[in-house]
Amino acid sequence: MADKGFEWLMVLCALSIFAIVVLIASELVKGSNLSWNQFGFDFFYKSVIDSYTKLPNYWDPVNGHFSALPFVYGTLVSSFLGLLMAVPLAVGLAVFLTEMCPPVLRGPLAFITELLAAIPSVIYGLWAVFVLVPLLREYVNPMLIKLFGWTGFFGDDNPSGLGYFAAGVILAIMILPIISSLTREVMTAVPNSQREAALALGATRWEMIWISVIRNARIGIVGAIILGLGRALGETMAVTMVIGNSPGIYRSLLANGTTMASVIANEYAEASNDLHRSALTEIGLALFFVTIIVNAAARLLVWAVTRGAPARVQ
Amino acid sequence: MGVGIEVINLNAWYGTNHTLQDINLHIPANQATALIGPSGCGKSTFVRCLNRMHETNPIARVTGTVRIGDLDIYEDAKPVQIRRRVGMVFQRPNPFPTMSIYDNVASGLKLNGYTNRRVLDEIVERSLKNSALWEEVKDDLKKKSGASLSGGQQQRLCIARALAVDPEVLLMDEPASALDPVSTSKIEDLIFELKSQYTIVIVTHNMQQAARVAEKTGFFLNGRMVEFDSTHKIFTNPSDKRTEDYITGRFG
Ligand SMILES: Nc1ncnc2c1ncn2[C@@H]1O[C@H](COP(=O)(O)OP(=O)(O)OP(=O)(O)O)[C@@H](O)[C@H]1O
Ligand SMILES: [Mg+2]
Repeated sequence: MADKGFEWLMVLCALSIFAIVVLIASELVKGSNLSWNQFGFDFFYKSVIDSYTKLPNYWDPVNGHFSALPFVYGTLVSSFLGLLMAVPLAVGLAVFLTEMCPPVLRGPLAFITELLAAIPSVIYGLWAVFVLVPLLREYVNPMLIKLFGWTGFFGDDNPSGLGYFAAGVILAIMILPIISSLTREVMTAVPNSQREAALALGATRWEMIWISVIRNARIGIVGAIILGLGRALGETMAVTMVIGNSPGIYRSLLANGTTMASVIANEYAEASNDLHRSALTEIGLALFFVTIIVNAAARLLVWAVTRGAPARVQ
Repeated sequence: MGVGIEVINLNAWYGTNHTLQDINLHIPANQATALIGPSGCGKSTFVRCLNRMHETNPIARVTGTVRIGDLDIYEDAKPVQIRRRVGMVFQRPNPFPTMSIYDNVASGLKLNGYTNRRVLDEIVERSLKNSALWEEVKDDLKKKSGASLSGGQQQRLCIARALAVDPEVLLMDEPASALDPVSTSKIEDLIFELKSQYTIVIVTHNMQQAARVAEKTGFFLNGRMVEFDSTHKIFTNPSDKRTEDYITGRFG
């Protein structure tokens, strides 16, 4: 009898996961109703021209105009910057760990990379504020401006060192461990016979790594990257601390920006009215769906690869 | 054209396990040489020493001299160069699953820097014909993946891949052990065909197979070469008692 009860308890625990997801989604939908009725799809792109500055204004709590565009833009830009920097490093690290590293070092190095994932993001944020941002401000940004300023992507108008680029760098550091440890996992799953096949054809070690390891692991690597993207999209604290929190859309990557997650963290507690709160909730809803879809896709890919189904061409 | 292989005082280790001890033999050019012996006696290790694959294992070590043609492979050349002259086919077919049939065969050529489409097409076709796979795959060379073939077809694909770079020696480590009788006999026919152009070393557990395809046979036991002679002599009138025990099935 007690056994039966225990079984039900476990089923209940399992079901509660689904219940939580449904509950969150329905709460978000309910909360964003007001904003949805007011703006509809305009919410995701429309701006009003500010009567005073004559510039497009997306986020104006005082006059009750709200649009998610700068937040979506900032989230995408900072996340993709993060990926751009993290992916080559992470794949390189995984290749080193699986293919080149002496076995004595493999365990400790893998352990340390995984440990990086356990550091609370506010600590990353603090480190970024005290170390990374000054470094960017003094050395990196001036160099980027000098070298690539002509492209328009590195404007010389933000002396703070904060901005999309700083957020991208801190995101890169934060998602590096997850991408590299999953990449390592799928690379380890590549059978040795594939490596021998390439070597026996006269491939050098690098050619072998490319032909056998990376090609065979590529779907899993893509999964790892998407999972990293999922992390980056939802990351809040560290990004909020370094992105500058300015609700505009700028071409310069060195400009202050904002993200979906950071505007919620910054403004929700002090929202001026119901519409403001509802608009923030709608941003939350959008973020919720995007991250769930991105994460599910990534998990499916990684799962499909590591459970041994070889990647096929057709 | 194949070349002969001269092995002098070859010793090999895995860690402290002295896997091959003082192996000496001459493998003649343009013939098939079979290596037989009980499991774990060092046959695979031996063939892996002939293309320097043995040393890809971090705990492995090898001493002695192996001369392929007039090239001392441990003195005069880099492993990569050796492996381009000595092809290898493994026990389990290992085509590249992410590549098409065509790209599998062309993979070795691409490593060698061939890029001319016409040359590649020609060599891919010739290699697949040589490995008796052409008729079965010619219609979906670029459509199907190497992994979508049957086991026997995969193994012939691997043979084609090894032949495409035009090696002088072809090492085959139990190439038919994972295959059905029909595929096996196809591979044996193939070995017969290929002998005129390549020097073939084949490891096998199947004594009839050795008798069918090979001119010479070597018997390995516990890391030593017990007897090396013409296949006929080994199977009808071996000089060593242990060889006789093995081929008559008294052990192994
Ligand atoms: N990767 C390895 N690491 C350590 N020891 C190995 C390794 N491969 C083989 N050995 C050892 O080397 C010895 C010879 O192995 P080898 O694979 O050459 O035998 P074999 O004659 O090919 O056997 P089989 O007929 O089963 O394939 C065995 O004692 C085996 O345990
Ligand atoms: Mg073997």
